[in-house]
Amino acid sequence: MNTCPEQIVHYMHAYLDGEISRQNERELKEHLETCSACKEIMNRLSESVVFLKSAEEINAPENFVANVMAQLPKRKWQLGRTQRFLRKYPFLVAAALFLVLMSASLFSSYGNNNQFSVTKQPNLIINNGEVIVPKGEVVQGDIIVENGHLNIQGEVKGNVTVINGSKFMASTAIVTGKNEKIDDWFDWLWYKMKDTVKNIFPSSTSEGQHNE
Amino acid sequence: MDNLVNKRINEVIKGNQDAFEEIVTLFQHRLYQVCYRMLGNAQEAEDIAQEAFVRAYVNIHTFDQKRKFSTWLFRIATNLCIDRIRKKKPDYYLDANVPGTDGLNMYSHIPAAGELPEEEIERMEMQQRIQYEIGRLPDKYRTIIVLRYIEELPLQEIGDIMEMPLGTVKTRVHRGREILRKQMGSI
Repeated sequence: MNTCPEQIVHYMHAYLDGEISRQNERELKEHLETCSACKEIMNRLSESVVFLKSAEEINAPENFVANVMAQLPKRKWQLGRTQRFLRKYPFLVAAALFLVLMSASLFSSYGNNNQFSVTKQPNLIINNGEVIVPKGEVVQGDIIVENGHLNIQGEVKGNVTVINGSKFMASTAIVTGKNEKIDDWFDWLWYKMKDTVKNIFPSSTSEGQHNE
Repeated sequence: MDNLVNKRINEVIKGNQDAFEEIVTLFQHRLYQVCYRMLGNAQEAEDIAQEAFVRAYVNIHTFDQKRKFSTWLFRIATNLCIDRIRKKKPDYYLDANVPGTDGLNMYSHIPAAGELPEEEIERMEMQQRIQYEIGRLPDKYRTIIVLRYIEELPLQEIGDIMEMPLGTVKTRVHRGREILRKQMGSI
């Protein structure tokens, strides 16, 4: 048997798996006719397969299904409609929740905030709810005025935004950045959203400065 | 059949526990048979097959309906069987030397556990003998041989059940057959 080609035993198993090529099958058969040791092995292998396959079918006991059903945990783990939705679309739910919370914080800050406020810039004149950019002065940076009046006579190197207020531009006024006036809540919301995005992605703020 | 099964599965997911009964009815015999052949004991087979169905029920939402349900179910059951077989094994080694004795090992203390004398094997009925030979296979090969020759599943499906590449399944089937041939001698 030691002289038998090594692949013969592989052929035997390929044959038993039903995956042997015709060529190899012929080779195997020819070898088995001449080698009694290999033929013996082949016979034993086939016998054990036939032997196993002759096992009778075994059925589950009669009350098996009823027993399984009795063992199932009661509906405790089962999910309601909402919970199933949560499990199925976790991302959607998270996004919706985020929007709701965000908008809630936005709306609460709208309206509540009727106080006058202005961005601190060194050469602004602030006078009882009125902000003046004096003639001949240059303000470096953005100005945001809330609930107040803005009077521009000089130059602003930056964006100008007026929220819930009024704005006056003298003939000498120069604004190099964006010039916006926000009055109703929709504008205001849009402004807040842009602002939030800008805060999240600071790189987009550099846009305005490139305008200089 | 897969369509019907998936339909029932969806009903179960929606909370209709009774829909699971049909699934159990459909697969009970195949699952029980695999467990019985793996464990060789009716009571244990019943316990494990039941547990497999309960686990399938509890985890039904994790089943990927694009795949074959029987494959998933067989995986749960064969894993439970293997766990059970390994738990039954004693945690000492039989061939370890017994301290204080001169070269005696645990084998000399027990009359060849699991191995029966030749004459007794010859007296066995064939069905009894089949179960005996399967039980003698190492568990690594037992699952594969049971799935291949008792369940008569294709090699690819066995690979899916055991989460093994096809090549590994083939090698183990070959090894399993060799072991069977050697342990059986002549019938």
